[in-house]
Amino acid sequence: MLDFVQQLVSGIALGCVYGLIALGFVLVYKATEVVNFAQGDLMMLGGFFAFTFIGILGLNYWLGFVGAVIAMALFGMLAERVVVRPILGYPQFSIIMATIGLGYFLRSMAGIIWGTDDLKIETPFSQGVLRIGSLVLAYDKLSVIAATIILCALLYLFFNRTTLGTAMRASSENMLAAYYMGIPVKRVVSIVWAISAAVATAAGVLLAPITFIHSNVGLVLGLKAFPAAVLGGFGSIPGAVVGGVLIGVIESMAGFYLPQGWKDVAPYLVLLIVLLLKPEGLFGHHARKKV
Amino acid sequence: MRFMFKTDYEDDIKLFPHGGYIVTYGILLAFLAVAPFVLSSYLVSQMVFVFIYATVGVGLMILTGFTGQASLGHAAFLAIGAYTAGYLQQYNVPFPVYFLVAGVLTGTVGAMVGFPALRLQGIYLVIATISFAFIIEEILARWESVTHGNEGMRVKALQFLGTTVSRDSPSFYFLCLAVLAITILATLNLLRSPTGRAFVAIRDSETAARSMGVNVSLYKVKSFAISAAITGFAGVLFAHKLSFISPEMFTLQLSIEFIIVILIGGAFSPHGAVLGAIFIVMIDPFLTYLKDDVPGMIAAVAATFGAGAEMAATIKTNVAAFASANGLKGAIYGVIIVVFVLFEPLGLYGRWLKIKLFFQLFPLYKRATFKRQKIYVKSERNR
Repeated sequence: MLDFVQQLVSGIALGCVYGLIALGFVLVYKATEVVNFAQGDLMMLGGFFAFTFIGILGLNYWLGFVGAVIAMALFGMLAERVVVRPILGYPQFSIIMATIGLGYFLRSMAGIIWGTDDLKIETPFSQGVLRIGSLVLAYDKLSVIAATIILCALLYLFFNRTTLGTAMRASSENMLAAYYMGIPVKRVVSIVWAISAAVATAAGVLLAPITFIHSNVGLVLGLKAFPAAVLGGFGSIPGAVVGGVLIGVIESMAGFYLPQGWKDVAPYLVLLIVLLLKPEGLFGHHARKKV
Repeated sequence: MRFMFKTDYEDDIKLFPHGGYIVTYGILLAFLAVAPFVLSSYLVSQMVFVFIYATVGVGLMILTGFTGQASLGHAAFLAIGAYTAGYLQQYNVPFPVYFLVAGVLTGTVGAMVGFPALRLQGIYLVIATISFAFIIEEILARWESVTHGNEGMRVKALQFLGTTVSRDSPSFYFLCLAVLAITILATLNLLRSPTGRAFVAIRDSETAARSMGVNVSLYKVKSFAISAAITGFAGVLFAHKLSFISPEMFTLQLSIEFIIVILIGGAFSPHGAVLGAIFIVMIDPFLTYLKDDVPGMIAAVAATFGAGAEMAATIKTNVAAFASANGLKGAIYGVIIVVFVLFEPLGLYGRWLKIKLFFQLFPLYKRATFKRQKIYVKSERNR
């Protein structure tokens, strides 16, 4: 029983990580119907920025965190301006390829600039554990769970309660109509990319004590975040986090109870089953195409 | 005077629009026929890889370029073909038999992937094919009684009609060339048949195709099966060429390389697959060249523009360090993908067609001929 609870908690912590990355996918998808295959790599880059500010320049942890988030928000806007905006409105596959290309570029440039070693950031959460009875929870994992909940709530409120959030939802429903209604669609898309890069950076910095930072971390985790986003219904912010947690728990349970090998496949099997049975995901909404 | 544009349907379905094509392809064929005896063995070996990649490219093109169904899982089909060859060969099954079995098996798996894919569109299809490829990769690593797991599998030289065809011999080169040529011819014929027309109709508008009486589900599954089968055939050749296969060869990276093949070549014509394959196979030798020669050349250029000897030497070491950095290949891939998507979505072959048309029509060429239509999409969620 204790094993089960311990696996459950570590699965939830892992799942929150996927959820955080999936949040980035969902944000961009929600606003532009574009899936950003470079999301994991933005996270990786955010981690490296934070490492530069904290580990190399010696800034305070929180100052470095904020610095990295701002720098990456600007970088997100730049990436949108250079790679995505010129092909907005063209077939989706072109945009997917462009973001895959962007991901390649970021990965290898990060490898060239920061080297290929695993880097580590000293954080206030690095040490210490919380004990509840005989359950053991590390602070670094708890910080990920807390941050996921906070970010998810903030973004949910932002999308549903603010003018900018509504504008973003409108431009995702129908770009042209949103433009006619006076929404500056291009600027909206730009802001979405900034927010999504900022969320990715938060994920990257929080993850740094757990997974360390290396140039491939984004690829590995980013691919695991896809099942999470699909499970949650790709356009839903709470869905991304719930999907992430489900995937995390499934992965951790499969690793513990099933033979070796299932751990890596289980998330994708679940993904395929979900796509077959309920392609719109748990929280997605489904509508028919009008001709 | 030759008409530049098509004047009747016969023009549209001709394999060779006019006599000039027969001459050009004849010359190309003659060159390919003497190549293995004239060129260095390294180049010939690279050309074999070009043929194999181009075969996969043509297969992927049927699915992605003509039916409009994206796939990032073609490495898995290649793997199934390769492993079928490796496995059956252990039991002394003759080459023609396992070659066909590999194609049929991969085609069946392709159809099985096609069925669930019927309900999926765009991004969901991409993610589903990626998941499929991951699962196959894991199966290859775990099903040790058949695949030998992560240790990989040796593939013996090809036995055909009692003779051994080694992987570097001209015979193997001609075998790969023949497979590519037959694939291309078959694809061209397929495309001018009702099936091919249905594929293109589905790509252009599924709703319109359906209302014209095209059985969309049937043709999508067909497209998956044909595409997978061609990739499976290529997989057999791939296994023989490498003579060793292991699960980590057939990763997402390889699937992306196949997409790059048709993206860079141009996804609307087999010419594109060949050009893209040449590109992807030649990028490695090119980077080696970059490492070895370019730093010296840049330093020499700097010297002629008045840089001192010391500065030229510094430039040389810095450029050399940059060129030999581990990740440079990835960065170049990335930049090339982005540049092609942004500026030349029709690929190299599209660029060639534009240049050709410019001269054919000389003062009358207009850029709008090839202009992409922008559709500011309504939400795909409402499709």
